[in-house]
This record gives sequence, C-alpha cells and structure tokens, in this order.
Amino acid sequence: MTEQIDKALAREYEAGFVSEIESDTFPPGLDEDVIHRISAMKNEPPWMLEWRLKAFRLWQEMEEPEWAHVDYPYIDYQSISYYSAPKSMKDKPKSLDEVDPELLRTYEKLGIPLVEQQMLAGVAVDAVFDSVSVVTTFREKLEEAGVIFCPISEAVHKYPELVKKYLGSVVPQKDNFFAALNCAVFTDGSFVYIPKGVRCPMELSTYFRINEQNTGQFERTLIVADEGSHVSYLEGCTAPQRDENQLHAAVVELVALDDAEIKYSTVQNWYPGDEEGRGGIYNFVTKRGVCHTNAKISWTQVETGSAVTWKYPSCILKGDNSVGEFYSVALTRGKQQADTGTKMIHLGKNTKSTIISKGISAGRSNNSYRGLVRMNPGAEGARNFTQCDSLLIGDQCGAHTFPYVESRNPSAIVEHEATTSKVSDDQMFLCQQRGLDAEKAVSMIVNGFCKEVFKELPMEFAVEAGKLLEISLEGSVG
Amino acid sequence: MSNALLSVTDLHASVEEKTILKGLNLTVNEGEVHAIMGPNGAGKSTLGYVLSGREGYEVNSGSAKLGEADLLDLDPEERAREGLFLAFQYPVEIPGVSNLEFLKAAVDAQREARGEEPLSSKDFLKQAREACKQVNLPADFLKRGVNEGFSGGEKKRNEIMQMLLLQPKLCILDESDSGLDIDALQVVAEGVNSQRDGKRSFVVVTHYQRLLDFIKPDFVHVLADGQIVKSGDASLALELEAQGYAWLQEQRARDAELLGEEHV
Repeated sequence: MTEQIDKALAREYEAGFVSEIESDTFPPGLDEDVIHRISAMKNEPPWMLEWRLKAFRLWQEMEEPEWAHVDYPYIDYQSISYYSAPKSMKDKPKSLDEVDPELLRTYEKLGIPLVEQQMLAGVAVDAVFDSVSVVTTFREKLEEAGVIFCPISEAVHKYPELVKKYLGSVVPQKDNFFAALNCAVFTDGSFVYIPKGVRCPMELSTYFRINEQNTGQFERTLIVADEGSHVSYLEGCTAPQRDENQLHAAVVELVALDDAEIKYSTVQNWYPGDEEGRGGIYNFVTKRGVCHTNAKISWTQVETGSAVTWKYPSCILKGDNSVGEFYSVALTRGKQQADTGTKMIHLGKNTKSTIISKGISAGRSNNSYRGLVRMNPGAEGARNFTQCDSLLIGDQCGAHTFPYVESRNPSAIVEHEATTSKVSDDQMFLCQQRGLDAEKAVSMIVNGFCKEVFKELPMEFAVEAGKLLEISLEGSVG
Repeated sequence: MSNALLSVTDLHASVEEKTILKGLNLTVNEGEVHAIMGPNGAGKSTLGYVLSGREGYEVNSGSAKLGEADLLDLDPEERAREGLFLAFQYPVEIPGVSNLEFLKAAVDAQREARGEEPLSSKDFLKQAREACKQVNLPADFLKRGVNEGFSGGEKKRNEIMQMLLLQPKLCILDESDSGLDIDALQVVAEGVNSQRDGKRSFVVVTHYQRLLDFIKPDFVHVLADGQIVKSGDASLALELEAQGYAWLQEQRARDAELLGEEHV
C-alpha cells in the first residue's frame, strides 16, 4: 500500500510555470548600499530608510537559528538578489488597462483573475509579483466603508502615522534572524486598516508570486483592526518550478485593538522541490498578532508547499478576555520538511487559546509541530486547549511533536491532547471495495482528518484547500 | 436454465503463507441466495476477501469469475465496479469523512465506470435518505463520519444502506449477523430481502442458522478446512444447528470409511 500511496502523492506542481516578463533585478548581494537602493526604488521617506538600516545592523550581529527540526544547506545571503520588479511596473500603471497583460495572464493561470468582473464576488485581492504589488482590486468599494487596503509601499507614503505607529510593534526588528532580515529588505506586501466599529464588507486577500530566479521574496503585511472592527484576510502563494532553492522570509503583524476580530487564513503552496528534494522554497516566516481587551485573532493555515517551512503564527493575548486560535494543516511529502506550530502568550486575565494542529507526513518527509503555551503571572483564569494530531502515510516519513508549556499562574488551565495515526489498510480497503481508486481513497481519508481545520477557512477557500490537498496527494498511493 | 453469476473453480489461497482455501468450488446463479456456514477458521471470511481482492490474500491457483469478468485479474475497486459488494464483519471508521460524501463518491465512481453521469446532489440525497429509512437509521447518520462512533448494530445497518445505494450484482455478507440483536437482525434481513429481484445474488456467510430464518437461502454450503464439504438446501442449516459441525465431520469420516478412503 505504501508504494501505492507514494505514487498518488507524486504530483504535478500546477503553479510551476515561469512568466516571460522583463524585470529590473538587482545583482545578488546585500549591504547598506542595497538597502539604500531598495528604499530609493520605493521613494521612501528618510524615517523608513533609517528603520531599515537599523534592522540591517541588528541582523548582521545575529545568528541564523538552528533549533528547528529541519536540515538544509548553508544559505549564502550574498548570492541572493533582494529586489526584482517587472519593468512595466516602473511607471506605476494607474489602472488595470495599463498593467502588462502578461502579468494579468499569470494570475489568471493561477486562478486569480484580477479583472473585477471575473472575480469572486466579495473578495478583494492585492497581487504581489516578486518585489512589487501589481494591482489591488475593489479599492474604491472598500474606501467607501473607510477600509484601507493597499500595498505597504504605498501606505508608507499615504498613511505614515499608522505605519510608524504599528510597523514593528508586534514583531520588533530584533525579534529573530529572519524577521530582522525582512525589516531591512522588505519590498512589498499589504497594508490593511479597518476603522473603529467597521465590519469589513468583503474578504481581503493577497496573492504572492515569486517569478524571478535567484530572487528572494521578503514581503511585509500589517493589519490593524481598530476597536470593535472585524476583518477576514487570506493569503496565497506560489512559485515556478526551479532546481535552485529560493528564499522567502516574510513578516506578518496583526493588531487587534479592543473588541476587534481578525481572521487570518493562509493557503501556502510554494514550490516544494522535486521528489529528490531538488529546488523548492525556503519558507522562513514570522507571523504574530497582538490582542487587546476582548479582541480575537484566529490563524488558519494550510501548508502544502515549500522545501523547508519554519513558521509559527502566534498570538499575544495582552488584553483581558482576549482569544487566540490556531488551526493548522501541514502536509509534507517527497523530501519536504516542515517545522511549524504556534505560540500563545497569555498575559491578560481570562484569556483563552485553542490550538488544533493536523500534520500529515508522506514519502520521506519530516513534519514537526512546535508549540509554546505560556501563562504569565497575570493570566488569571486563562485557558488553553491544544490538540495535535499526526497522520502518517507510508513508513519512511516522520512526525514529531514539540510542545512547550510554561505556566506561571496556578489558576491557568492548559490541556494538551496528541494522537498519531496511520492511513490504515482497513480504511483503504473499505474505500476501494466501494469502488474508489486508491488515490481518491487517500485524499478522502486525509481530507476527513483535516476537517476540523478546513471548516475554519472561508467557504471558497475551504474548497480550494481541499482541492489543493487532493493535488498534493496525487500519486502518493501504492 | 439459469445463468451463472459467480463461478469459483478450484480456488487455492493463502494468507501470510498459510494456505486457507484448498480447492474451493462454488457456482452462484443469478437471483440465488447461497449461505456459507462452517466452523471457526474454516476460511469463510477469507473467501470474501479473496474474491474482493484484499491485499495480503494471495491466490495460489484456481479461477473466479463474476459474469464475464475474471475477478482475479482486477484491482479491488474494479471488482467493486463490476458489481461485487462485500458487507464487512467489522466495518472500519473513517473519521471526518461524512457518510454522504463517502457514498456519493462511491456511487459516482461506479457510475463513471459504467459510462454514466454522476448523480446530482439532490437526487443522491433523496436516494440516500430513502435508504436510511429502509435500514432504520436516522437521516442525520448521513452527516456523521463513516461509522464514526456508530454502535455495532448501526455499523451493520450502515453496510446494508451502502448496498442499497450501490445496487451490486453480487453481495457477500460476511457475518453480518454477528453481534446483532434480533431487531437489528431483522432490519439487515429485510434490507437483503428487499433487494432480491431474481437477478441479484447473495452469498451469506454466517456462523448461525438464526439469520437464515429471515433470509431464506436457496442453497447451504458447509465450508470446512478450505473446501466446501457439503451442500444442500435450507434444511441443511437446520440440521447443522441441531447437530453441530462435529456431526458433519463424523459423517464425513463414516462416508470416507464406507468408500474405503482415508479419514478426512
């Protein structure tokens, strides 16, 4: 059966094409001059440049972390290009008509039409291509509701006070090696501000695409939900199929002020490399949100891509009665490695957190859950519930769980449940005896295993995620 | 003259190198119900698994045909699509996959194999609700995970519900009566009886005569040590019930003596 499953998992990476687009790309290398040039490309005010340079100096003093259960060759940060943008974007197209049709075709091929008439009703998209945002749809409609949704490079100019106040407020420049690097060289990403008491009228989403070779993508997302507001945001990502590894080091910061709610969903489908582990994205991402009084942040992630994933979307439950949630599906196959999980830092009274993590390992992959639950002395009556399930497909993969629990308040309650199971022969045979082929059987069993997480995704994307998993599992059965 | 639906000829099969079936012959014509009885370890469940193609069940020699199809050449799912259905003795749970989703996928896969369009969700739901009603399961079982948290009796009824929806040509019921109370037993039997249409055939594997009070077999076979050692009509089951399998073994021994053969 293992052989059958492996066959079903050997998939085509459908997003692996390369777009023929002329780009302005910096030569590889990183020093203060490069940072000056990135800042100049974006026409940034001096405070932004200073902020970057400070981060760069911090980064130079820092060591790359080695504690994760992943193994990858030494990354030469001088061999990466830190900026690449389609030439056609230089003159800042004012409307969709002025955008290079090849760029639009790229997104269309990925199933993200950027022409508003063709789009999913009720979803606004910011499309980021290598280092720049190509287009942001439905902006006028959002503006009517007072919602700001724009490339972060634009927000630096148009909303400097908001950016200054919140950028780096959740993930400080010196937070960690990859975050510091991102602070120094980030190129684009999305900025969202939801004013007081506003319920964002549509889903917001950003679609990240890496196209150029030897280029890193360092995007930065900042979402601020003002008091009593509500927003649901989704990000998706893909990259061409290449033999070299590419670096993606993003930072996402969420700020949920009193009584606000942010729902952040990710469908991560970076190129995972081939069967032998050649190529694929190194995905080193820092995502964190802070919840003020009565606020809620919910992270949902479906991770199927990347050669190496290092990612821990976290919540700082600062305000009393605030709520943090983390729902995760991480699928690894081939030689993929994932070390992913969350941190729930309980500071306020009666704060609550829920962690549901589903790890699926197939092929010769390694899948680790790493989670920290910390109850600080002030977290009176706080609660956490963690459920961590691993599903093994075949007998050459690994599933690992690294839970860290620190409780400094005797009234806090922390629960942790963990299970490990295999796709059983009995389940496979039942499905086949009813007429389903082995591939369909595996994908159905795996989808069932992930159901608790999928139901947290916005409707359209739950379907997408299910399909993505199905494609990911194609050929993994034997 | 009736048409043979299942023809098993001189079937030898083993599990983990242990030979279980040792030259089994069985012909089931369209519309017939055959009961297979026998002591523990005789190979009753093995027969169902070998015919349906479960991994680990090795066929050493012999043949098995369903209509024109050579079963032993086909993958398990292809055998299912040819119209072979196995009701499991211990139905397994598939957490998180709803019964409805599972059954729709199964029915659609079989329809596709026959070159038919998939059923609309609405039509399928209607049929599925009807099938639930027939086996006395509340319709909300369709929303629950396949066999997830079902009682033993509910699992068996769920198997029959699947059979009703899949409309197979040949149903093998592997001890579908084990662990059932009398009410559930009747439900299972009624499910089977409702599907007897003169074309569909059944192989009912059971330990006890009790199920055969409700599903009247046309033939009863006794499977012992990997072979069918005696065949008869429904009255054979009653005889077995009264006398036990030991009686049969003694009788075989006597027959063998009369014929001047070695003890079997």
